[in-house]
This record gives sequence, C-alpha cells and structure tokens, in this order.
Amino acid sequence: MALVNVKINNIPVQVEEGTTILEAARQAGIKIPTLCYLKGVNEIGACRVCVCEVKGARSLVAACVYPVNEGMEVFTNTKAVKDSRKATVELLLSNHNQDCLSCVRNNNCELQKLSLELGCSSHKYDGVKTESHIDASTPYLIRDNSKCVLCRRCVAVCKEYQSVAVIGANSRGFDTHIACAFESPLANTACVGCGQCIVACPVGALHEVEEIDQVNAAIADPKKHVIVAAAPSVRVGLGEEFGMPIGTNVEGKMVAALRRLGFDDVFDVNFGADLTIMEEGAEFISRLKNGGTLPMITSCSPAWVKFCEHNFPDQLDHLSTCKSPQQMFGAVCKTYYAQKLGIDPKDIVVVSIMPCTAKKFEKGRADQSAAGVPDIDYSLTVRELAKMIKSAGIIFEELPDEQWDAPLGMFSGAGLIFGATGGVMEAALRTVYEALTGKEAPSLDFTEVRGTEGIKEATYDIGGTKVKVCVASGLANARKIMQDVREGKADYQFIEIMSCPGGCVNGGGQPIKSAFVRNNYDVKKLRAASIYAQDKGMKLRKSHENPAIKELYKEFLGEPNSHKAHEILHTSYVPRNRY
Amino acid sequence: MSRIKLTTVAFRGTEEQEKQLRNTLMEIRNSDHPSVMTALQQAQAIYGYLPIEVQQIIADYMGVSLEEVFGVATFYSQFTLNPKGEYAFGVCLGTACYVKGSGDIVAKLEECLGMKDGETSSDGKFSIGSTRCVGCCGLAPVMTVNKDVYGKLTVKDIPDIVAKYKAL
Repeated sequence: MALVNVKINNIPVQVEEGTTILEAARQAGIKIPTLCYLKGVNEIGACRVCVCEVKGARSLVAACVYPVNEGMEVFTNTKAVKDSRKATVELLLSNHNQDCLSCVRNNNCELQKLSLELGCSSHKYDGVKTESHIDASTPYLIRDNSKCVLCRRCVAVCKEYQSVAVIGANSRGFDTHIACAFESPLANTACVGCGQCIVACPVGALHEVEEIDQVNAAIADPKKHVIVAAAPSVRVGLGEEFGMPIGTNVEGKMVAALRRLGFDDVFDVNFGADLTIMEEGAEFISRLKNGGTLPMITSCSPAWVKFCEHNFPDQLDHLSTCKSPQQMFGAVCKTYYAQKLGIDPKDIVVVSIMPCTAKKFEKGRADQSAAGVPDIDYSLTVRELAKMIKSAGIIFEELPDEQWDAPLGMFSGAGLIFGATGGVMEAALRTVYEALTGKEAPSLDFTEVRGTEGIKEATYDIGGTKVKVCVASGLANARKIMQDVREGKADYQFIEIMSCPGGCVNGGGQPIKSAFVRNNYDVKKLRAASIYAQDKGMKLRKSHENPAIKELYKEFLGEPNSHKAHEILHTSYVPRNRY
Repeated sequence: MSRIKLTTVAFRGTEEQEKQLRNTLMEIRNSDHPSVMTALQQAQAIYGYLPIEVQQIIADYMGVSLEEVFGVATFYSQFTLNPKGEYAFGVCLGTACYVKGSGDIVAKLEECLGMKDGETSSDGKFSIGSTRCVGCCGLAPVMTVNKDVYGKLTVKDIPDIVAKYKAL
C-alpha cells in the first residue's frame, strides 16, 4: 500500500494511505479523544468528540473515520476544535443522569474522563431529559438508559462480535434510545447474556446484576458453610482492577483476599474444569467409538449454549451433555464434599467468581441442581470481587501469595487453560490422546488451537484415528461453523465454542477497559499469554492426573460417564425461539 | 420510548396478505438495492400497519435482526405500528383548527374513548389520530370519522358523536 505524508500539529508523519486521522495522530504520538469509536467494531463517526481541523476543509471532521491523504495538514488541538468537543460533551451531559458518586462506573467512566479533560461544565445546558426506564428483567444485566450516551458500542458488539443483535436504536431524535424490538424486556429476547455490551459501554448505562450483598450476608451467617471458587481466567484479570498491568497473574493474592473476605473454603473452578475434561473426554470417545452424534460441541460457555438453543434448536444433539465447570464444581460441592463434611447441602452456599455474566443465568437453569438445591448459589464477576475486596479494606497489592484449599482447589494446567479460546480443546486432547493410545501425546502443547483468531482448525492423528477439530470464539464465528454443521458441510469430530472473542479472558465479567486501551492493546492476547505461561510451568498438566480428581472418582463417582456421574455432572438443553 | 405506541389489537392478517407479503419480499430481496425501508413500505401497503408478525417475516427475508427492522420502523414517521380502527377518528391540528380549540377536542376524545392520540382500541374498533390541515378551515375545528366530516365542533359535541359510533 502506498505511503502518504501528512502533518499532524505540524509534526510530519508517513502513514499508509487510507489510515484515519485518529490512527495517523496516534503514530505521531498524539491522542485524539473519542467516545463512540471502537476499532474494527463501531466506526461510525457519530459522537463528534474526535473532531479535528483539516487545513482547507469546510468544517471540522471526525478523526475516527476521516482518511488522510497526501499533504494533508491536521490540527487536533486548536481553540475551534476544543470548543466544539467541549460543547458536544456538555450537550451529552445535559441529557445524562449525573448520578456519578453512586454510579457503578464512577472513576472508570469515559464520559467523566472526557468531561474532566475537556474542562466541561456539568450543568451548562440543563433542561428536559429524555424519558427513560430501567430494564432489570434478566438475572444478569441492568440497562439504565438515563445514563446512555447513544454511542452504540453495545449495539455494535452485540451484532458484530456475537451476531445476536437484540439491541438497537429505537425511535428518533430526542426520543432515541437503545432497546429491543417492540420495546420487549431483554429477558424476552434471544439475548445470550455474554455481557460484551457491558464491557463495551463507556458509561454506567449497562452493568451486571450484583450479588455482593447476598454473598456478604451468607458469609455473616454462622449456619452457612460458604465455599468460593474462581474460574481460570479470573486470576489474569483481577489485578487490573488494582492498577496492575493487563494480564498480571494474581492467583496467590486472590486466594489470600478470598480467605480474608471470610469464605470457609477457597477452591478453584479449575478443579471443575479438570472434571469437565474427564466427563467430556469420555463422552467424546464414546461418541467416536459408538457412532454417536458428531461433531460433539463443548458446553462450557453458557452464553454459547443459550445462543445454540435460540438459533440452532435443531442441533442440540451436538452439544456435550456435560455441565460447565462452574456447575460441575457446585454439584460436587453439594454432593461429594457435603457428604465428606457431613453437612446438609442446604446449608452450603457455593459462590463462583467468574469472568462472565451469563453464569448468573446458567446457575438458575433447570437441571442444574444435583443435590436438589441449585449447584451454584451466587456468581460474581471479576469486577464484583474487586469491589468486595476494596470495600473490605483489604490492601490487595500487599497481600502474600497463598495456596488454594484442598481438595477441590487442586488443578492441572489443563483445567487452567480453559480460560482462553482453544484451551478446552487442548485440555481435552491431552487426556483423549492418552485414553485412546495409552501413551502421552508427543507434545502437551497443541499450539495449532491456540491464539486469538476467531476460527481455528487442526487435524490430529490419535493412534491411527484422524480427529479433525475446530475452535471458534465470538458467536458470529460460532454461527458460521454451526451453519456448516446444520448443512452437513462440517467434517469435524470435535468443536470448541466460547462465546466471547478470545474466550473467557475477554469475558463480559472481566475488568472494563476503556476504548483507548481496547483500540491500542490486544487485551485478550495479553491475558491469555499469562494463562499459558502458568500452564507451561506446571508439573501437573493433564486433567486425568489430578490426584483430587482421581480420588473423587475412586471414592464417589466410579468411572467417568457412570450412572452417578451422569446424574450429578450432566444436564439437558431446551429449544428456544429466535424472537 | 414514551413516543412508541405498541398495538394491543390482535393480529388479523390473512393467508392472502401473507402470500402477497412473501412474494413482495422475494422481489425486493432479488432487486439491485434490497432495503428494509422498501420492505416496510410495501408491508404497510398490504397490512395498513406493521405488527410484530409482519416485521418478523421481513427480518427473516431481509437477513437482518428484528431489532434492526423495528429501529427503521420507529425512526420514520411514515410507518405505524397501529392499525387504523374500524372507526378512525381524525382531529385536525392545523393552525386554524388548533386556534379554534381542536387541542381540547383531542383531549375530550381521549377521555371518551379511554385511550391516547395515536392509539387503537384493543378490539380494533376505534383509533384516534391527529391530522394536519384537512383543507376546510372555514369549518374549524374539524374532525373526521372515516368519511364523515364534523365541523365547528365544541367539546360538548364529542360525547354524542362518540356514542353514535359506539352504538354502531
């Protein structure tokens, strides 16, 4: 591609033709403020916060969508530019519920930051506000349109990443608002609960349904035995809430914090992940040998499962019947572990810490109550955990590294890598390879299925059997694969699908990164690298070698896919409508 | 949100209408410039309004989400989500009529029919719609009910007129 010479604030830069002013300025070391822009997803030039002056142009232009050309001279910081940006943000503030002090996004709000940087007056244009209401119809998400700035980032990620597209702009002008078709409550739509809209929202218009108070109440109740467990990807996200670099692995400090919060047992959902591999691996081998429905598709990601139910109700036989690691973990706590402790499962409260909002939906699904009570009681996002730690006065950065409790805190590297796209597949292959051949795989690193690409394929020779696998993340990619499956064009035996692009490391319950960070750093890649690094250094890297798992089968479950294992660790699915 | 008036009238589309809609959508889809806008216009020409049942078919044919269709349908004022009532009350809010008090006429009508301007009763019998100048300012304020025209109205006239149509 041809290079062009441009000047940004008199600084000469050479950039590829077609580069936007925003990107060219970045290369010249200049940051232009943005609000609606999300690289590759929402490039609509709508909010006008990024306006700049171009020499010779009639009016200010939107830097996020305006391509540079040879000899262009751009000014990003003139009085006209600054006045315009300021007025734009002040107008947004005039229709904004400025409930900042008690807002969930206080101190992590892009509008607040812009207002501060541009020197806005918060009540310059007070007047009538657009009438709005709060949608709290789902167990996982709250939309408060009084704080919405109509940037459409949520709309874009719902459509582009996930192909779910249940939210959009309704009505027009002053009445424009983000909602569902026919003003339907979100709970009545094909929303999958992935939470990508929440992490894309620049303000406090979208947030998870918090369960912090209930968890604190359970901890304070002496009659309850409260168990907590964190998902694989939580340890590489949580540190960011305390100012650490993206992807910092804070496993030890997290364990220490959970213990100080007062939980009775501090376990790891990785144990549930190892257990999932035992069951899913056995299920796969059984399908492969006995002519069962193939390709078999993973069922760890609850938003994916719901997506499949809504959009591919005729393909549910492909889903593994395995519960997700969260649910398996909860089920084992309330059966095996309850028995071990001699406690009535009704007096056990299991709290999961998840990178996910759909987990809040999953725990309430039917057929997820192995002991007659829900397997999981509360599911907190990484953000909620950070909030709990902060409000308990725990100085996270200064905590010592501590170890998980036994026995359900024991895990292998295979369970750990569940947190990234390709991880479930790789973990399964490590175990399936040995089960089918009786030998360890030549390499435990199945690098073909790693990486952040949306769709990956690989073929492995497992003891003479060719196994073709596919790994997809982001539901828009899953839809492509599923259309092939439906049409009989997919020649895979095993498919892993995670709802969020890049997997759980980029989940809707992870710390929220500003658009500037998202546009300039590959957050999911950094977090995933941290997980793979920990796996690499572990002695125990195969689920079936986890001693706690072995003991569980020996003492309680018998064999993988045994009748008892089926009752406790497997589930069923329901066809749902698209509308 | 407040301005969007969802219908409470049960869908009474016929097989004939659906066949016509599907044929039209096929044509639009195969045209050089398939657009949701055109689909909505054609659908409204067939059904007189755009209920959810119709918008779902449009979404399926045009390969877009229902929300995208609904977004377009609620953006343009030419589209309506409500069918006209069997007796469609139209009150002129043109300048002359308005000056002569047609705003109060609308209010009285809303009171007598128990619904708001822009709505249709759930049995589909009545609807209220405010209109622009109907071109007979000498009769201001003017109201039409289907093809009947009522001029020089006062608020007091409204209950009797409503009662007349309720009795039909």
